[in-house]
Amino acid sequence: MIYQGKQKIWADYQKEIPDDHWYYVRSCIRQNFFPGSEKMFTKITRDDLGLDMHENAHHTTCGGIAYHCDTIPQETVMTIVARQFALMTEAGYENYCCSCITSFGNYIETLESWHEFPELEARIREHLWKSCKREFNKPKYIAHTSDVIYKHRNEIAEKAKFRLVDKNTGEPLRGVEHIGCHYNKMFPSKGVGGAEYPYVLCGMIESWGGQVIDYPERRHCCGYGFRQYHIKANRGYSFANTHKKFESMEPYHPDFILTNCPGCPYFLDRWQYVTAETEGKTYGRNGCGIPVFTYEELASLVLGYDPWDIGLQMHQVAVEPFLDRIGIEYDPGAKYLGVNKKDLGRPSLPEHMVCF
Amino acid sequence: MNLYEELCKDYRFREGLHTCINCGTCTAICPAAEFYRYDPRRIVDIVQRKNEDEIEALLKSDTIWYCGECMSCSTRCPRTNTPGLVIMALRAMSIRHGFFTASEKGRQVYPLTKLLTGNILNYGYCVYPETFKWEDHQESGPVFKWHLEHLKDDFERIGANYQGTGPGVLRRIPQEDRDELKAIFDETGATDQINLVERCSKAKAEEMGMTLEEYGKYTFEYNSGNDFDK
Repeated sequence: MIYQGKQKIWADYQKEIPDDHWYYVRSCIRQNFFPGSEKMFTKITRDDLGLDMHENAHHTTCGGIAYHCDTIPQETVMTIVARQFALMTEAGYENYCCSCITSFGNYIETLESWHEFPELEARIREHLWKSCKREFNKPKYIAHTSDVIYKHRNEIAEKAKFRLVDKNTGEPLRGVEHIGCHYNKMFPSKGVGGAEYPYVLCGMIESWGGQVIDYPERRHCCGYGFRQYHIKANRGYSFANTHKKFESMEPYHPDFILTNCPGCPYFLDRWQYVTAETEGKTYGRNGCGIPVFTYEELASLVLGYDPWDIGLQMHQVAVEPFLDRIGIEYDPGAKYLGVNKKDLGRPSLPEHMVCF
Repeated sequence: MNLYEELCKDYRFREGLHTCINCGTCTAICPAAEFYRYDPRRIVDIVQRKNEDEIEALLKSDTIWYCGECMSCSTRCPRTNTPGLVIMALRAMSIRHGFFTASEKGRQVYPLTKLLTGNILNYGYCVYPETFKWEDHQESGPVFKWHLEHLKDDFERIGANYQGTGPGVLRRIPQEDRDELKAIFDETGATDQINLVERCSKAKAEEMGMTLEEYGKYTFEYNSGNDFDK
């Protein structure tokens, strides 16, 4: 496509995301903390959008968290990445789709480093052959899963049973978005909207009827910090950064937060709980927190999936007030039941943050 | 080969530092600089002065371990440097030389290595439910305590394939794939690094009058608070 004038300027911030035929790899953190989102990504893309989203059982972690915690060398993580590419090549795919932002940054960093230093790529190919007897083609395109949902956001809007609108007032719900740092801060041209005007999540909120609102610390890191969270002694770093974001967004009264990174929704959800229990302060309405969603959770809700089928019971911040405002029906008594209504008990309730 | 020359061999260092003009934009944007007594501008300045004694002192200090590797500095540097990449190269060198045990934050490399490389080699994941203990993660809240107490039932309810065969969420990664990860570790130096970290940590533990197990727990939990003195 040839762009001119303002279109040409904005073209620098666009990504031409392929239509179909994806080799899909999962995220370590999401599988642990947001298993429903991992399940719903393949369900929505395959069943609702009719895409070819291929998953191979032999793929593993990309090693990105261990790499950014400085526990494995760069050539190790690159060889693990090369093995993932080999599995893609063997399966006959060229478009690679990963559901982790740390992985996304890891894959892009690897390819960019190989481009800059071809001798490094040659050495990694040798490592992979010696260790696994595998060879690979580099992907033609690397997407994050949020890119795929973004590309099909209007199709989802057409199929939607609900919109992000307050059923009583008719007003759009106010959302803030939080982009994972490794999506666009290292290689801005690889993210929709770049680092300056990220649009991947804003596009979804707008398509599904909500209103995007701004706040001063919108682009501040959630505070994961890798070793700053995985080591108990360092977690003040993680908490302090999330706290800074909430203090900054508080005057703008968001109804929900939308994220595209595996760790961010966990930290933005759980550190609200810690703030409530340590300071007695909550940021949502009526003593609740502000609900934090992944893009699959939000897509699933507007498409009409049952909130407990998509795993919203694993959030610490209660989602029920948000569901009530849209008019999404749910069975409160089924929230913590297992398969065939098996009784699994209930979590205890926090002292200061209202939960159900 | 001196320390600076060794640093120059790391691709991350070559990508991360061209010429720093000391403007301090990286420090202004840095989440770690807001929280810790930390200034990435100063680290880059020390390194580009090529003073061997200062670089060695840096490698033995807490300072290089404060960064969260968010790479916010990458976006904002007017000279397209990435101090975060410089930090990664410094950390790797601190480990190679065994300097990491000289600082409180550096000593945390041991429990991190044990946890994360253990998860990769044993399960094929960086994070795995079997090693995520609620006692160590009370911030995960009562809902996650409940989840961990009903792990199989809750994962089944949400549609995960926990410890199952074939594709799906939290499937059991086959032994042959974990064997390939081990072969990659052996081939690319990760196994050597794991052994080096354990050897250096064991020596430090003995010096501190602890078993390695006690040392692992201590370094995971201990915070002297010295990072915040102004």
